[in-house]
Amino acid sequence: MLKLPIYLDNNATTPMDPRVLETMLPYFTQHFGNAASRNHPFGWQAEEAVDYAREQVAKLIGADPKEIIFTSGATEGDNLGIKGVFEMYASKGNHIITATTEHKAVLDTCKHIEKLGGEVTYLEVKANGLIDLQELEAAIKPTTILISIMYANNEIGVVQPVQEITAIARKHGILFFTDATQAVGKIPVDVNKDGIDLMTFTGHKMYGPKGIGALYVRRKNPRVKVTAQMDGGGHERGMRSGTLNVPGIVGFGKACELCRLEMEADTTRISVLRDKLETELMKLEEAYINGTTEARLPHVTNISFKHVEGEGLLMGFNKNIALSSGSACTSASLEPSYVLKALGLGDDLAHSSLRFGLSRFTTEEEVDYTIKAISETVLKLRDMSPLWEMYKEGIDLNSIEWAHH
Amino acid sequence: MDRIYFDNAATTTLDPKVLETMMPYLTQHFGNPSSIYSYGRESRLAIENARKSVAKILNAHPSEIFFTSGGTESSNTAIITAVRDLGCKNIISSKIEHHATLHTVEHLHQQGEASLNYVKLLEDGHIDMHDLETLLASASEKTLVTLMHANNEIGNILDIDTVGELCKKYDAIFHSDTVQTVGHFPFDLRNTHVHFITGAGHKFHGPKGVGILYINENITIKPFVHGGSQERNMRAGTENLYGIVGFSKALQLATEHYESDSIYIQSLKLYMSEQLKLKFDSISFNGDVFGKSLYTVLSVNFPKTEKSEMILFNLDINKICASGGSACTSGADAGSHVIRAINNNPNQVTVRFSFCKNNTKAEIDTVINKLAEMT
Repeated sequence: MLKLPIYLDNNATTPMDPRVLETMLPYFTQHFGNAASRNHPFGWQAEEAVDYAREQVAKLIGADPKEIIFTSGATEGDNLGIKGVFEMYASKGNHIITATTEHKAVLDTCKHIEKLGGEVTYLEVKANGLIDLQELEAAIKPTTILISIMYANNEIGVVQPVQEITAIARKHGILFFTDATQAVGKIPVDVNKDGIDLMTFTGHKMYGPKGIGALYVRRKNPRVKVTAQMDGGGHERGMRSGTLNVPGIVGFGKACELCRLEMEADTTRISVLRDKLETELMKLEEAYINGTTEARLPHVTNISFKHVEGEGLLMGFNKNIALSSGSACTSASLEPSYVLKALGLGDDLAHSSLRFGLSRFTTEEEVDYTIKAISETVLKLRDMSPLWEMYKEGIDLNSIEWAHH
Repeated sequence: MDRIYFDNAATTTLDPKVLETMMPYLTQHFGNPSSIYSYGRESRLAIENARKSVAKILNAHPSEIFFTSGGTESSNTAIITAVRDLGCKNIISSKIEHHATLHTVEHLHQQGEASLNYVKLLEDGHIDMHDLETLLASASEKTLVTLMHANNEIGNILDIDTVGELCKKYDAIFHSDTVQTVGHFPFDLRNTHVHFITGAGHKFHGPKGVGILYINENITIKPFVHGGSQERNMRAGTENLYGIVGFSKALQLATEHYESDSIYIQSLKLYMSEQLKLKFDSISFNGDVFGKSLYTVLSVNFPKTEKSEMILFNLDINKICASGGSACTSGADAGSHVIRAINNNPNQVTVRFSFCKNNTKAEIDTVINKLAEMT
């Protein structure tokens, strides 16, 4: 039996896996200790649980548990990673390279750093959403201390060539930070194979709890350090103070373990569904996939339906299908997505996009329903659209002069 | 014998009623509060209702309440933004603050961003109000006063109104770390001259990983965590939805039962202190224990002997949970900076007992009997 509404916005947040919740529950009530309490078993049990979760998290990304710093989420991790490197390596330089399609947590942090006297280069991306490696290398200066490029994009799902990027960073002795919020748990990420120095990710994008995330900080080759952004009891090896969110950490650990064990099977199943959804929707006229399909997360597709207004499209079915036109963090604004604009899309296509994020829990029945509902809505809206009518009559819409009023 | 938990100043157990309220937000209501469809709107509504409820209880405006990841983040935000955004070039604090405050003010001082003065302490651990006024009067630059409301190790309660009035008189910014009192003490922020207060859910039977920062509506700071428009552009990051819902519920329960709970817990504290005095000749208490003191905390000094040096270890073997000081520093051998600041007697061993509504006199009797064997 199909249950409505269908949730297809798993890049915004995912439902928690019931197995994760089950693992967390004892840590709310029975094992409630403060992990920093060293004098009694409530504290020890909490600390043991945190240590175990730290191993689970580390294992998913091929790291050493000592390289995992728990944070309140990816945004805090982005802030700590970038500001922490900027402060710690101030004597080496003040230049950071990033890209225009990064998440706001990276972009706003970089803007803040510019106000503090830092210099930031924002790389444009190619039409397929990927950065140009030659441009990256050309942007490097003697003062460059950090390259910050996201692993996979939150709106279009494209996966950056991380290994090639880190090869360039290594060649020039520059640290590499990646916001891997959308990638970790969905595709294989290995900090050593990938040559990553710092990486942020979060529980609630991989069927774990909200309010918990991690920053990976490399300890060997090279040993990386960040300046703490919150001072206090010296938790997390002095890099992040604050009483540990034990149930959150336990849930995050479990979520990482499940992703590690089930990623392959999940990916096989989900990518079939994603491909079906995409293939069927692309049968509509004037539909365009945004970003490359060659290097992309297996559960994501972002499609623009020309001459259909995105918000109108959403209204057509959002009682029954939870979807968004872009990032949740900016979805309250009616501005077109800055990510799609960066790919070179005009306002017409940028305004008519839908982001689909499937999950471990998405069923074929839900996908079939979605294909039908969206196809019907697009056709209906186009039927009512004078733009579509003109387009069908062969009028070049770019040649029309619009009257201002 | 079940374990006895007398370390409620470190953290408390989650109230089952709070967990019950959180459960829907751990399962079916999981939407990102920034999303515009039904899942997201339900989450947004839950957060804004939580904010309203918290504001009402503290007698503040909802726009003055910001959800954070906990007390440490809240205090860091308040202190750092007071210096960087509100122009405070001088900080007045005390040596018995929590490390979330102390290490932050020390860091700012070391970076050359502000000068730092510690207010004198009286023998009973209270701050010297005359000295505070002297420091405020002699400050040539805009000043931040950061003094905690109730001390987490000795329980002393600051006269927040008097400090607030002094800050008002000298046009200083006032931050109070209220992590030990939010949920344990009635607040009337509308009528209190304070710019920032902080709270942490896990100190009053709410969840870990969530806290609040109250920012008085008359001041404007810039965000401390950058990257999204959450918390009205003040604190970026996807909201810890179930944590926020749990924080609000825990505060609501704590407030509803404040009168009976505080009287009951105070009676436990008094009973334990009386029993200790009866059974042990040479014990003493730290702080203004029978005066202006939080009813949850009792800090006891035992004379140092070969046996008593092992007291925490032996308490633990006997399934009694207490601590030497703050949990946040309990791993360090340096001992408590708070106790050192008020009572520099090397010939004693300090144990902090901290109580909650779930503790009983029978538990205290057990602990007293066990202590007799240990000292």
